[in-house]
Amino acid sequence: MKVMAQMAMVMNLDKCIGCHTCSVTCKQAWTNRTGTEYVWFNNVETRPGQGYPRTYEDQEEWKGGWELNSRGRLKLKAGGRLKKLATIFSNPKLPSIQDYYEPWTYDYATLTDAPAQEHTPVARPKSLLTGKNMKIKWSSNWDDDLGGSAATAKYDPMLKKIADKVKFEFEQTFMFYLPRICEHCLNPSCAASCPSGAIYKRAEDGIVLVDQDRCRGWRMCVSGCPYKKVYFNHRTGKAEKCTFCFPRIEVGLPTVCAETCVGRLRYIGLVLYDADRVLEAASVPDEHDLYEAQRSILLDPDDPEVVRAAEAAGIPADWIDAAQRSPIHALINKFKVALPLHPEYRTMPMVWYIPPLSPVIDVVRDTGEDAEDTGNLFAAIDALRIPIEYLAELFTAGDVAPVDRVLKQLAAMRSYMRDINMGREPNPAIPAAVGMTEEEMYDMYRLLAIAKYDERYVIPAAHSEQAHSLEELGTECAVSEYGGGQQDLFGEGSGVPTPIAVENFQMLQNRQTADTLASPDDKGSRVNLLNWDGRGKPSGLFPPRPDGPGEVAEGSTPDTSHDGETGPGGTGGLTGGADFR
Amino acid sequence: MDTFLWVIVPYLCLTTFVVGHFWRYRYDKFGWTTRSSQLYEDRLLRLGSPLFHFGMLGVVGGHIIGLLLPQSWTDAVGISHEAYHVVAVTGGLIAGVMTVVGMVILIYRRRTVGPVFSATTVMDKVMYAFLAAAIVLGMWNTVAGSVMTVGGEYNYREGVSIWYRSFLAFQPDASLMGDAPIGFQLHALVAFGLFALWPFTRLVHVFSAPVGYLTRPYIVYRGRDELLGSHRPRRGWDDSRV
Ligand code: HEM
Ligand code: SF4
Ligand code: SF4
Ligand code: SF4
Repeated sequence: MKVMAQMAMVMNLDKCIGCHTCSVTCKQAWTNRTGTEYVWFNNVETRPGQGYPRTYEDQEEWKGGWELNSRGRLKLKAGGRLKKLATIFSNPKLPSIQDYYEPWTYDYATLTDAPAQEHTPVARPKSLLTGKNMKIKWSSNWDDDLGGSAATAKYDPMLKKIADKVKFEFEQTFMFYLPRICEHCLNPSCAASCPSGAIYKRAEDGIVLVDQDRCRGWRMCVSGCPYKKVYFNHRTGKAEKCTFCFPRIEVGLPTVCAETCVGRLRYIGLVLYDADRVLEAASVPDEHDLYEAQRSILLDPDDPEVVRAAEAAGIPADWIDAAQRSPIHALINKFKVALPLHPEYRTMPMVWYIPPLSPVIDVVRDTGEDAEDTGNLFAAIDALRIPIEYLAELFTAGDVAPVDRVLKQLAAMRSYMRDINMGREPNPAIPAAVGMTEEEMYDMYRLLAIAKYDERYVIPAAHSEQAHSLEELGTECAVSEYGGGQQDLFGEGSGVPTPIAVENFQMLQNRQTADTLASPDDKGSRVNLLNWDGRGKPSGLFPPRPDGPGEVAEGSTPDTSHDGETGPGGTGGLTGGADFR
Repeated sequence: MDTFLWVIVPYLCLTTFVVGHFWRYRYDKFGWTTRSSQLYEDRLLRLGSPLFHFGMLGVVGGHIIGLLLPQSWTDAVGISHEAYHVVAVTGGLIAGVMTVVGMVILIYRRRTVGPVFSATTVMDKVMYAFLAAAIVLGMWNTVAGSVMTVGGEYNYREGVSIWYRSFLAFQPDASLMGDAPIGFQLHALVAFGLFALWPFTRLVHVFSAPVGYLTRPYIVYRGRDELLGSHRPRRGWDDSRV
């Protein structure tokens, strides 16, 4: 047994309102640059829908992830090492920008510059790739909220799988949102596909990163990742991916997407796993066994033997403690309500999901029945094959049984808690019907419904022995020593990269001294949320009030004479108030 | 004049090539990439890039054999001059035609596909000018010199190749080049120009051809302490290891 620690996330899909806040804040923090316009480390898909990039889940087409060869051994679906090298000059399975979307902006200037004319001037869309006028045909959320899905949902690869007979008719619709980030897989096929070995998994916390200094732009990782969560920066010529916000994780803060999640549906914590058994678990022959196989390599952190092995493997005591308190462990292995996304890709993904009960509830409610009655809900779960099979295609490689079980647990929790909330005698038969005790059911309810910030995020800080090399604690030199310039001769972004901490410092300085909010010439003055801890208002996010004091810099005294917009500790505004947590 | 063209200029270019790569690697690892443009355009690249690259690998191989293998060696193992010539010209022509066709497709694509054109840097254009000139002149030497025998046949293995080896051995014999046909002279000069430019273009990707991929384990684990993020950026001449 070789114990390793993995930072993981669980999302409770019932709570996602599809607001895209997570996508936007992640973009502000990480991909707000030229070359990454189309890059969404976090994206929120409406399901059924095609996803982003379009139909990425169709691995017969895109060849991402792993498969078993005829001898039952794991191999990259896109072919082995020799085949990769032979096709390196032109990657056969690279999504083109049209599969994502062509990024654009508008020539807003014409709105103010246009000479007097009969017709109102319009801001026309301009391609960010060519600078020419363009026609907008698709974008990252074109089918949001099932928009246009009468025409496009039939391309959803998962819907295709469950039945050709499913006609996407209005009466049959169900929908939910699926926020996706990189899965920080235990068996990452992106890393395995990288010819340079530039993608690595961090030994301490399992975060998968691209070494920008070693990436040579072979763009094989983009094809290798079945979730299409490695993106190619078309300006720097290097691959970029979700970083699990490691500079924040290292100091014990949750990721930007989790911190800013409006539904508060994300949980972050450690799991311990047995690295020696990853390959074995990823190679089980029957796809339906993959969920159980992956669950079984996640170790029980309360087992004294596991603790001993973890200590022997050099995992610090406070990390083991955090693993014991981990909400992830509880949701995956104690209550067993979290499921992996597409285990059939055999990458052992580590962002798990609690499937949504809402499609079921909606149907029960529409029929006028009591949507909080176990009997009604259980019957609906048994009857509603299409949504359930669809969820099973997403989370259990098509095996309906685990999805059934989880949904019934959630339904039972709903009924059980209703009795308590109404002041009635709780009914022990309800938890028993799904194989849980009353206490377990209540604990699960606590974690899913009312858990506070420090219960949802149990993130041990990285170790101070190593602090010198941590991003956010850069103490080695004065910030002013960094140039942060860009050498245009070799193309955008050449030269020595600026450390993130320094970049943030400079950005803040720029914001405080810039005349304009976001002057296009000066990309440095963009809003950056990487350092934002959820309190107060990040400067630069909102325009200055016309009569106001201008932008309120972080840390300076806010002008409280204008209600609605307050700084730290206030109550108004989008995020004001410490009770945001 | 011979000394200037066939001793001084080549050594200057070679020095730039070596020192330039050293410097670029130390200073600009981040800029060391193929700058793939496949995201923008796929159809033409799928045709042009493999044609060009496989052709180019043949061309490079051919040059290594032609320039570095002395004629006496092939004579010694009993390969006649004629046999060598036939093989070399056939191989050279196949590789050359692939390279030229591939390159034409690539250049056409660079110019006509909007996003690719906007992503083309000045360096790319200069590089393509030299690359195209070198390839076209090289093809001309093969076709005109060996196939059509314009202006008599020239055996480069008794001239250019010997000069090249003497050049690499730091005992250059400029007269050998001075006597070569003008086509060969121009080809050599343009090629040296390309070498001098090499470290400052995207062509650096050639030196990171990922052969290590064949042997390394699939999944790479690395400790956090290797991260460079907050270290002071290295000056170009500092040791690149931490
Ligand atoms: C064997 C090692 C080599 C490998 C693995 C390699 C790989 C690549 C790759 C992946 C691209 C990017 C194609 C794209 O997606 O846009 C590329 C582009 C290019 N390579 Fe190579 N290459 C190699 C050798 C060479 C050589 C020897 C030359 C010429 C002297 C060369 C010249 C070029 C040029 C000019 C481009 C730019 C094509 C364009 O987009 O216009 N490469 N190479
Ligand atoms: S989901 Fe993330 S870790 Fe997994 S293969 Fe894709 S990019 Fe790699
Ligand atoms: S973890 Fe960080 S980088 Fe990854 S999606 Fe969330 S905000 Fe973006
Ligand atoms: S911020 Fe939260 S609720 Fe909003 S879309 Fe993202 S995951 Fe869903």
